[in-house]
Amino acid sequence: MKKIINDPNQVVQDMIEGMIAAYPNELKQISGTTAITRSEAPVQGKVGLVSGGGSGHEPAHAGYVGKGMLDAAVLGEVFTSPTPDQIYEAIKAVDGGNGVFLIIKNYTGDVLNFEMAMELAEADGIQVDKVIVNDDVAVEDSSFTIGRRGIAGTVLVHKIVGAKAEHGATLEEVKTVAEKAAGNIRSIGMALTPCTVPAAGKPSFQLAEDEMEIGIGIHGEAGIERKPITTADEIASELTEKILADMNLNNNEEVAIMVNGLGATPEMELYIINKKVNQLLTEKGIQIYKTFVGEYMTALEMTGCSVTLLKLDDELKELLNAKSEAPAFRN
Amino acid sequence: MELQVEDTIQWLEKSNEKIQQNKDYLTALDQAIGDSDHGINMSRGFQEVVNQVKSKQYDTVSDVLKDTAMTLMSKVGGASGPLFGTAFLRFSMRVKGIDPISQDAFTKGMEDALAGIIQRGKAATGEKTMVDVWSPVVDYFKGTTIVQADEVAQTAKKAMEQTKEITATKGRASYFKEKSIGHIDPGAASSFYIFEALSEVIKGEG
Repeated sequence: MKKIINDPNQVVQDMIEGMIAAYPNELKQISGTTAITRSEAPVQGKVGLVSGGGSGHEPAHAGYVGKGMLDAAVLGEVFTSPTPDQIYEAIKAVDGGNGVFLIIKNYTGDVLNFEMAMELAEADGIQVDKVIVNDDVAVEDSSFTIGRRGIAGTVLVHKIVGAKAEHGATLEEVKTVAEKAAGNIRSIGMALTPCTVPAAGKPSFQLAEDEMEIGIGIHGEAGIERKPITTADEIASELTEKILADMNLNNNEEVAIMVNGLGATPEMELYIINKKVNQLLTEKGIQIYKTFVGEYMTALEMTGCSVTLLKLDDELKELLNAKSEAPAFRN
Repeated sequence: MELQVEDTIQWLEKSNEKIQQNKDYLTALDQAIGDSDHGINMSRGFQEVVNQVKSKQYDTVSDVLKDTAMTLMSKVGGASGPLFGTAFLRFSMRVKGIDPISQDAFTKGMEDALAGIIQRGKAATGEKTMVDVWSPVVDYFKGTTIVQADEVAQTAKKAMEQTKEITATKGRASYFKEKSIGHIDPGAASSFYIFEALSEVIKGEG
């Protein structure tokens, strides 16, 4: 293992301190926890938004804390859900009196831990609701999940729900738009090389030099198929087709595209993928309203990418375009 | 049976001893059908529970159980943390204001604990989870006028062994589906140790 770290067991704490040092006016750490909030939290009268999950997916989720997006992110150990006590502290810290909304990626551990925190907060009289994002069309069940996994599409749910809450929506209205966004999002990923969890010290799986895996998860969980690597156009086509097969998109409907790097993919290659995704959708008469290319939800230093499509309506377009001051999502 | 603060702490200590002794065994069970960390996580969590409850003075069983719940949920991690945490938290809430805990109160606490596990894990009986041990033990308490210590342990043990025959449909083991047959569920095994410890405490008090 070759990594720029001090101690494998301190990576999350060290990263948090580095983030706070980079954004001292925007972010703060809740003392005694690995949760990060906006510096102005709690915002009175606004529904508080909390997300989080295992670390190793940076900039998710702490990079999305800021005006227009999340109020707090709770950081677990690498690829491990944060615990309920930490999530509970984050909920309390962002409760501005109008309730708190949780955005959870669909992994068994995340769902259990966030739901337990929700129960603890409710026992304190805080109104809490949630959405579970499961945008990955690759596999139904996996080593980390019952049902589909939540991957990069979650970032667009943060964006949309964040804008809604910032506009002063009630907890119920926030939930409605969150469910609409989550229901309209589909993603799928692929990888060329694995990643190494610092505490484990060795890669969690192996791929041969000429091999790729389609449908892989953001923790290296098994996908659909391993096969010899092909061209970017063929990869983009396969990913796009798998998404469209699962999505009801009619002629002239509008979408947002996200081409996301998994940690070690050159931006050049992400744009090459995007070129083909764009071309395929255009050929099908699907309108591309907005495109995001970059690293939004990574898997440490995995090489590979994911493609996400979000079906839009007028409300979602407006929310997607709204201002965001989160460090990793300036809009 | 009757449970006082000291008995409850003893129950937790004995549970911890058994989990520490069987740490590698629990991890091996999890290796077969999970992600091979159950023994490590449970031993870390229960050790913390014992450290916590021995370092404080308690007036009520409910408070001991509440601290147990909070410690398990923060220290065990994974799926087991919130599941065992929920069980002890619900138990604690149900027996709040009752001291010592009578058999009747204990039974009600157990019922709520099981309901919490089922709700949190969205699992039913017959899905190869800890529910398959908790459920028959709760049934035993509900159907018995005077609890016999040995019967508590036997009920739990039999139930744990029966999880071998079940195909997993919940939890991480469901990923291994048919492969899970023939293996005891790790959460069922650690639940057994907790009930075996309970039976020893009941026996000890006569």
